[in-house]
Amino acid sequence: MVKVFQAADATDLVTELRRSFDDGVTRGYEWRVTQLKKLLLICDNHEPEIVSALHDDLGKPELESSVYEVALLRNSINLAVKQLKDWMAPDKAKTSLTTFPASAEIVYEPLGVVLVISAWNYPFLLSIDPVIGAISAGNAVVLKPSELAPASSSLLAKLLEQYLDSSAVRVVEGAVTETTLLLEQKWDKIFYTGSSRIGRIIMMAAAKHLTPVVLELGGKSPVVIDSDTNLKITAKRIIAGKWGCNNGQACISPDYILTTKEFSPKVIDALKQELEAFYGKNPMESKDMSRIVNSNHFDRLSKMLEEKEVSDKIVYGGQKNRDKLKIAPTILVDVPLDSQIMSEEIFGPLLPVITLNNLEECFDVIRSRPKPLAAYLFTQNQKLKERFALTVSAGGIVVNDIAVHLAVPTLPFGGVGESGMGSYHGKFSFDAFSHKKAVLYKSFIGDAAIRYPPYSTGKLRLLKALVNSNILEIFRVILGLS
Amino acid sequence: MKRVEREAMEAMKETVDQSLREMRETFASGRTRSVKWRKAQLGAIIEMVKDNEEKMSDVLFQDLGKHSTEAFRDELGFVMRSATTALNCLDKWVVPKKSNLPLLFYPATGKVISEPYGTVLVLSSWNFPISIKVIEGGPDVATILLQHQWDKIFFTGSPKIGKIIMAAAAEHLTPVTLELGGKCPTIIDHHSVSKDMKSVVKRISGGKWGSCSGQACISVDYVLVEQSFASTLIDMLKPVIRSFFGENPKESGCLARIVTKKHFQRLSRLLNDPRVKASIVYGGSMDEEKLYVEPTILLDPPLDSEIMNEEIFGPILPIITLRDIQESIGFIKSKPKPLAIYAFTKDENLKTRILSETSSGSVTFNDLMIQYMCDALPFGGVGQSGIGRYHGKYSFECFSHEKAIMEGSLAMDLEARYPPWNNFKLNFIRLAFREAYFKLVLLMLGLTKGVR
Repeated sequence: MVKVFQAADATDLVTELRRSFDDGVTRGYEWRVTQLKKLLLICDNHEPEIVSALHDDLGKPELESSVYEVALLRNSINLAVKQLKDWMAPDKAKTSLTTFPASAEIVYEPLGVVLVISAWNYPFLLSIDPVIGAISAGNAVVLKPSELAPASSSLLAKLLEQYLDSSAVRVVEGAVTETTLLLEQKWDKIFYTGSSRIGRIIMMAAAKHLTPVVLELGGKSPVVIDSDTNLKITAKRIIAGKWGCNNGQACISPDYILTTKEFSPKVIDALKQELEAFYGKNPMESKDMSRIVNSNHFDRLSKMLEEKEVSDKIVYGGQKNRDKLKIAPTILVDVPLDSQIMSEEIFGPLLPVITLNNLEECFDVIRSRPKPLAAYLFTQNQKLKERFALTVSAGGIVVNDIAVHLAVPTLPFGGVGESGMGSYHGKFSFDAFSHKKAVLYKSFIGDAAIRYPPYSTGKLRLLKALVNSNILEIFRVILGLS
Repeated sequence: MKRVEREAMEAMKETVDQSLREMRETFASGRTRSVKWRKAQLGAIIEMVKDNEEKMSDVLFQDLGKHSTEAFRDELGFVMRSATTALNCLDKWVVPKKSNLPLLFYPATGKVISEPYGTVLVLSSWNFPISIKVIEGGPDVATILLQHQWDKIFFTGSPKIGKIIMAAAAEHLTPVTLELGGKCPTIIDHHSVSKDMKSVVKRISGGKWGSCSGQACISVDYVLVEQSFASTLIDMLKPVIRSFFGENPKESGCLARIVTKKHFQRLSRLLNDPRVKASIVYGGSMDEEKLYVEPTILLDPPLDSEIMNEEIFGPILPIITLRDIQESIGFIKSKPKPLAIYAFTKDENLKTRILSETSSGSVTFNDLMIQYMCDALPFGGVGQSGIGRYHGKYSFECFSHEKAIMEGSLAMDLEARYPPWNNFKLNFIRLAFREAYFKLVLLMLGLTKGVR
């Protein structure tokens, strides 16, 4: 029988991990690299089990599991192993005349004992990727995978316990109760992936202990389509980025489309054509799409489709099967802007197309909504690209593609406003779990009397000259000429 | 609440709503984004401080009894230099940072641009108050301000209030930078710095009593020293204090006052603990009317006394003795992480131990407080001493959202990216991800079935 996780367990867990951290278990380069390589072994030795768990939890096709979870993780681990020595080395900082003679550097130090709370839609990627950051940075870490993906959660718990150093890396499975108990503890950092609603609860709990947080949330990521684009490739990329990524249940999924009234029929035709090419005439039978995760989300999405003035706007798809938790790829045109489907993040296989008189209007539509995690634009117009990149505020912007920025380790991945705070991937993960400590080395040469009381006008003049780095003035004051 | 107070609050709420509306409109208009506008504002700050230096000095003397030199060194001069640095570096800072993309993504390009958050709230503190204030007021005004949605909140103050600010920010998912405080310890390894002990003592005295009378987040809070050296240290501190402030520090004009009666009473309470009083070896006199606390030295006050468990923020210096200076590491670790650790030592081993075994916002060896002046170093805390950092380029980053921008090409397209899935596509993508380009070519030529 599984033991019930209680308050005392949470306290004991943190105490134990803190002791390991204080004993220095996690700080050395060797330990960190060893743990990272063990994570690599998990990817190498257990891919079929991972694929199977993801299929149980989400109906995820093998390719998506292999590529978007395992392969991405493998890359992330390999990068960390390769770069870790570099990342751990202090950065030299410049000093100035006012602090002369001194040398300065920034030392990266682990924060201590950190908590990673993961999501259900990419349960392996979103659990292990932040853990890679935590371990690279030298922290002890507790992972709380999502209970909405139970097969993945229990596989993660089993594999991490089997391969990693359990004195410093632990998994706590559970739901609201366990998460609440964990949140009452004092952590040195909390990394959360999930909804904005829970993000607020996490940050509020963190505030009690002044714990810094990274919140990877979501939003309605818009796709603006200009009429000068290559429509076939645009449609393919949108489909692959939406239905091809966990059936629209992804934080950077294209949520809705903005295009002109004139161009929209062509857009919809292109989408219909490519959808059929990808998923056949009977998409409900296609094995190349994940299912809806559970009946709660199925009902949520159904309600969106059934809303008055929305249900009659369906131009493609709309079929549903509650037993199989499947909804066909569905396209809608010009649903009311205040409908449910246009007010909350869809996180499913529904794609509203909103038509505008003029493409210019897209800026106002996007700006009138909370800042999304991603914003997409398909165009050949250089000026439009520049304006979009500069003025649309989103976590990240991708032009002429969908979601790919997630796989680029040199780009920070994170939100702004409602879509989150902080970022990770590549070195940004290492930074997210590190404290950059400023270190100044001073010598005893040159102890200027002007630093100390009693203060006088002479001292004030010299100080001013120093602050202005005005060498001439400095000499003049010293020589009594000023 | 009395009707008069209620009306005042309503009026204040109106003012805040109005101001915020105006600021949001201004930001939405795009006016604040241009480098020209930003430079003009920075230039205006410099002009403002230059033109009003005397007035500002006077105000600081009135509020805090700060001598004009101290005011210049710690505030006015500092602000002008910060603004000048920002002015000179702005063109460099706003340039997007190019990101190298893996070959797999060719010919896509990537970069990161620094985008302004929007409308930000800066809650400044009283000890170094010269900064841009939009709305003046006390805690009730701050409460009204915090009920609104900001794009970033920057707060300088105590951990207690920091928690309240962060909880308020959580309601709107507003990112925060909290510059808090802590007990900044100063380690004196008298063995290795014996030759320079005079400088050490002078620096410590200047760092404690020469800057707002110890009312600074990075002030020396307490000293750690070996028992055998304690009395020598005290004997060296006394004449230095006298040389700074004369026989009557109250009248010297060089020692800042305690800021308010409330803080005076707090310090008074700390000192009036009988066990603490018994540990006074120098100073100890106070004048409530003049908000004056004499430079005071304590020798080994009890470790469980209030004065050894909260940030002192005043001109009282506890000296804690240890058998061996190595014990200072354990001592510091037993307390919340401070904003700064100071260590006077030439012992490389001790330096390494301090750096790797303790955690603090910053560490300064052989001096005090000047890390504040080093623009290239991030200034901020960790744990109880704060979240986030600023100064120099870090200030620019503190108020920016680092937005990733990726541009793909519509010219080249890989069939393997799209459903329906099959083994070929799976192997293709697997190899591509591993950047096994040679094997990829083999796969495409049908010379290999791929790899698991």
